[in-house]
Amino acid sequence: MGMTMTQKILAAHAGLDRVEAGQLINAKLDVVLGNDITTPVAVNEFKKAGFDKVFDKDRVAIVLDHFVPNKDIKAAEQSKTCREFACAHCVSHFYDVGKMGIEHALLPEQGVVTAGDCIIGADSHTCTYGALGAFSTGVGSTDMAAGMATGMAWFKVPSAIKFNLTGKLPPNCSGKDVILTIIGMIGVDGALYKSMEFTGDGVASLSMDDRLCICNMAIEAGAKNGIFPVDEKTVAYMNGRCEREPVVYEADADAVYERVINIDLSSIVPTVACPHLPENTHPARELGHIRIDQVVIGSCTNGRMEDMEAAYKILRGKTVADGVRCIIIPGTMQILRECVERGYYTAFIDAGAVVSTPTCGPCLGGYMGILAAGERCVATTNRNFVGRMGHVDSEVYLASPHTAAASALTGYITEYKEV
Amino acid sequence: MKTQGKAFKYPDNVDTDVIIPARYLNTPDAKELALHCMEDIDKDFVKAVRVGDVMVAGHNFGCGSSREHAPLVIKTCGVGCVIAKSFARIFYRNAINIGLPILECEEAADEIAAGHEVAVDFDSGIITDLTASKSYKAQPFPPFIQSIIKSGGLLKSLKEGERND
Repeated sequence: MGMTMTQKILAAHAGLDRVEAGQLINAKLDVVLGNDITTPVAVNEFKKAGFDKVFDKDRVAIVLDHFVPNKDIKAAEQSKTCREFACAHCVSHFYDVGKMGIEHALLPEQGVVTAGDCIIGADSHTCTYGALGAFSTGVGSTDMAAGMATGMAWFKVPSAIKFNLTGKLPPNCSGKDVILTIIGMIGVDGALYKSMEFTGDGVASLSMDDRLCICNMAIEAGAKNGIFPVDEKTVAYMNGRCEREPVVYEADADAVYERVINIDLSSIVPTVACPHLPENTHPARELGHIRIDQVVIGSCTNGRMEDMEAAYKILRGKTVADGVRCIIIPGTMQILRECVERGYYTAFIDAGAVVSTPTCGPCLGGYMGILAAGERCVATTNRNFVGRMGHVDSEVYLASPHTAAASALTGYITEYKEV
Repeated sequence: MKTQGKAFKYPDNVDTDVIIPARYLNTPDAKELALHCMEDIDKDFVKAVRVGDVMVAGHNFGCGSSREHAPLVIKTCGVGCVIAKSFARIFYRNAINIGLPILECEEAADEIAAGHEVAVDFDSGIITDLTASKSYKAQPFPPFIQSIIKSGGLLKSLKEGERND
């Protein structure tokens, strides 16, 4: 009986020849990550337990991204706690304002994570790095503290669902429409405790940004991780970028999957998840005239260069509809810089949008675009729970950058059609 | 470990954003955070809850964010145990790591009504609805996880491990 790609990575990091689903293992970690909300809790636990040093200063990453530049005094105190801890332990991957980006856009971009890694992060969207062929999963602050202290974490080896991708996406669709379609199909706990392994001929046609977006939302189906095989595109992306040598793992031909789901990428349509669960998906074109007050294009799900490019192509030379606030948030400083260089920034402003420095801000209802009672937002973010972006009586519709930008121009949820 | 108290009943997919909204996460202080526990779906919860009470919920309890603040505020409010049909995996892990007792039991989660007096024996996994005079048996944890809980959480169990090496 063979192993899945995830099981192979876990076996290697546990020093075992083989593992099977359900087995409890202790695995070596390549990277331990935290942000400005989860790190202060971890620092407190780390100190309380009496630990005085991190296992490896080059394998801990602390990114200030949720509430920075600091939204208020309390947030400033949390950033300070992170900063002081990073300084005291000489954490080499500490990203403060000016260098920071949204963690899951930043770490792949900066080459901090690589293929074959075993990574934990005190942020649920840590599953993003599966796009590079790594095992990567979200944990809480106590796990982060334990990981920082010991360089190890316990895992229950997951079983897996295989997604066999074929065909090629239509031009008005992206990775976001793929993952929303899948979540709509299997539900918000459809992959609970499991791996989502993406494979098949269709993988080659997906860009790295598509794959990062798809793995990012694996948690929204309850999954432990999402993972893609390493192909030429992955290698080209990692080349000259990753600070450590990538290690390539492949699923065994006789690996056991709980379920195999076939997805024909050419049949994907622009998809929207309506309030208040990511599984509540509908084709954008079937939604009727749903008036909106705000559009957010950004987040760890869709704040990458291709997302900015999609927004630019749709917004350039046009004007955001009256009564709509359009907020665009490039995921990292490098992406922001590229938006400036390519003229996107000016085009966004001319269209009547605002552009912010990288932050998770509105996605989790922190700041930078909070909704009032009764307001509606089309967002390229990842969650649309009750009160997620502000008032409990506000609504978030999750969509791709194409759909979000097209909706910003009309003032209601709109399917983008290539012209 | 045992607990006894009133049942607060919740549906499927209770997410971490309603357990503790992110707008309050600018502090790691558990007592301050606990003042807002469940307020977006049950604004009376904080006023009504007493030490030892239990939460009874459907599938996928604690889905969403990795914020450990979620099990922490539930524990800080005095909740003695969360019984659900299933838990989202990060919440499950965090609850164990911080020492909030949780049990998976489909039948109990279905049948126990809001306001019923419930007793839970965490070691045996026996849940008793005292109001309805009915008992249920929940799945026990694997021994490895029980050892974390017995140590009082993950970090304490690691420290114990260090001493035994």
